[in-house]
Amino acid sequence: MNYLRKADLKRIVACAILFAAVQGMMFADIIGPFWELNIVLICINIILAVSLNLINGYTGQFSIGHAGFLAVGAYTGAIMTVKLGFPFEVALIVGTVAAGFLGFLIGLPTLRLNGDYLAIATLGLGEIIRICILNIDYVGGASGLMGIPRLTTFAWVFWIMIFIIFFIKNFKNSSYGRCCLAIRENEIAADTMGIDTTKYKVMAFTLGAAFAGTAGVLFAHYFYIAHPASFTFMRSFDILTMVVLGGLGSMTGSITGAILLTFISAYLAEYPEWRMIIYSVTMIVLMLHRPQGLFGNKELSMKMFGLGGGKDGRTAESK
Amino acid sequence: MKRVSKVLTALVLGTVLAGLAAGCGGGEKKADTIKVGANLEMTGGSASYGISSKNAIELAFKEINEKGGINGKQLELVVADNKSEAAEATNAMQKLVSQDNVVAVIGPNLSSSVIAASAINNSAKVLDIAPMATNPYVTVDQASGKTKDFNYRTCFIDPFQGTVMAKFATAELGVGNAAVLIDNSSDYAKGLAQFFKENFVKEGGAVTAEESYLQKDTDFKATLTKIKATNPDFLYVPGYYQEVGLIVKQARELGMNMPIAGGDGWDSAKMPEIAGAAALNNTYFSSLYSPEDSSDINKNFVAAYEKAYGQKPDVFAALSYDSALLVAEAIKNAGSTEPAKISEAMAKINGFSGVSGSVTFDDKHNPVKSAVILEYKDGAQSLKTKINP
Repeated sequence: MNYLRKADLKRIVACAILFAAVQGMMFADIIGPFWELNIVLICINIILAVSLNLINGYTGQFSIGHAGFLAVGAYTGAIMTVKLGFPFEVALIVGTVAAGFLGFLIGLPTLRLNGDYLAIATLGLGEIIRICILNIDYVGGASGLMGIPRLTTFAWVFWIMIFIIFFIKNFKNSSYGRCCLAIRENEIAADTMGIDTTKYKVMAFTLGAAFAGTAGVLFAHYFYIAHPASFTFMRSFDILTMVVLGGLGSMTGSITGAILLTFISAYLAEYPEWRMIIYSVTMIVLMLHRPQGLFGNKELSMKMFGLGGGKDGRTAESK
Repeated sequence: MKRVSKVLTALVLGTVLAGLAAGCGGGEKKADTIKVGANLEMTGGSASYGISSKNAIELAFKEINEKGGINGKQLELVVADNKSEAAEATNAMQKLVSQDNVVAVIGPNLSSSVIAASAINNSAKVLDIAPMATNPYVTVDQASGKTKDFNYRTCFIDPFQGTVMAKFATAELGVGNAAVLIDNSSDYAKGLAQFFKENFVKEGGAVTAEESYLQKDTDFKATLTKIKATNPDFLYVPGYYQEVGLIVKQARELGMNMPIAGGDGWDSAKMPEIAGAAALNNTYFSSLYSPEDSSDINKNFVAAYEKAYGQKPDVFAALSYDSALLVAEAIKNAGSTEPAKISEAMAKINGFSGVSGSVTFDDKHNPVKSAVILEYKDGAQSLKTKINP
């Protein structure tokens, strides 16, 4: 126990050094505004990927409606700051809670389904959320909710990301997390062992949805707008791709997947026709070569974890 | 198999790395070219808009460069894909202004994308001109109501079409009273109807009836009978083609033979299929552009575009072409590649003539420009007239 705490402390120090390095380079203008934007986007995508990994990777439930929760967070957060004039902190909390609550409500009935059926139900849910938003005039309907101030800073998004990564890591190592893993490995066996499978599935789903909501608040307050077109099922697939690319059940895998795909997308902005092809070919090659994803369900080791999070710094240097 | 996938892996990695290298080298500035950005919908749901725009801008720049460029320098186009999405448009705009150091940006076409990205180009003080973004808040800040210093557009805003149609109905068709049938589920239709009514009354006409319907309605006979009873000379239906097609068809079936008119929501190849070619005779709609426009500049543009891309330019192409010419004109007038000076020069542009009519910017950076009225004749669109503001 003591050892674990020490290890965590080391990791947090490593994160703080990374943060200071990246932030320093931003101040010194070594990282220009374009890469600053993409680093923020990477942090948001990491939050989304690790939170989806909690549902899909650790608990073994196949959810593809993550963009729906992202949308709930984005819109709820934006309503809090734009329409009701609350500070950003309140928006973050409310957005998180709203998405989590919705995840809980939806999770209760749907998580009794498994496999393909759950996938279809969550896909439908994501679309329902988007269509509802599309038809609510209060939040701008089809033209989106505009005029959101840019309150998300690199510091906010970085430390929230670190908090969520540590939260999920510790959750996985807790007794709750082990129940989730047991459910993934064999649901019937887990049930036989006395694990309340629905309870743990709903718990993981709610947490995953809540963190997606947090990402939504950060997203809307960085890109000035919450627009229904940003939350289509293609977005859900993007997040799922990050998780699968890194390896289902590997948190460092999700982080690497998020970094990799965001960078590919950013670098290829000039060659839009190539972007989709490279994206697809990467997936095909990976699935032929390593169907379990880059890391399978293993984590990078403790020392390498610093490296995994250190991708930010490395890419910054390569600029 | 294993070797094949290894080769593939190497190929993918190679391409990605090449991309990385290309991305890193993007910040250099060449002295002999002027870089202009285009933030366009190259992929995603609205890709057809973006591709038309890109074709037209490339054509415009090619023509300008062949004539010796601007102030002795060649124009260079840098395209960034915004995936038809507002957040990505912000990302693309950031890339254009901070990585590529462009002096001005053309696009996006979707209003929400322009509005999201406008925060970026305004803080970087780089001019952005949107060819087809019609939302009022593209050039005006929603919260403060102030004009955004660095945002312009080439199209007129939607409600202007109502004003144009009121003018056309009274001056060209000579009608004295009109009925309005509004699509109540669309802000676009409501805006057009409101401006039509105001201006129609101002021009001396009277509105006999005002009814409404919702999108996806299919039976309009009850409403139309009610309108028919008030004996209007003219029916204004500023909706989208799905419903409007049925409305025209059912109105003709009820013996309502007066002219029927609407806005550019009517512009669809499906219209004659839904309404029937015969029923569509004596109907008109307002639009931004017609390839049939007989001005010299437009004739040349249509010919050059058809030669280059094998198809007629659509409205997105035409307005993007004008946007490109406007940017070139502003750079020329500014006599400098300083982004802020180019924006100042853009605001002062007066009576610039492009393929979609002459352009002068008002204090909200909306162009004051002419609109075209198209008529359906035996199922085909033809240019009826041009209405000046």
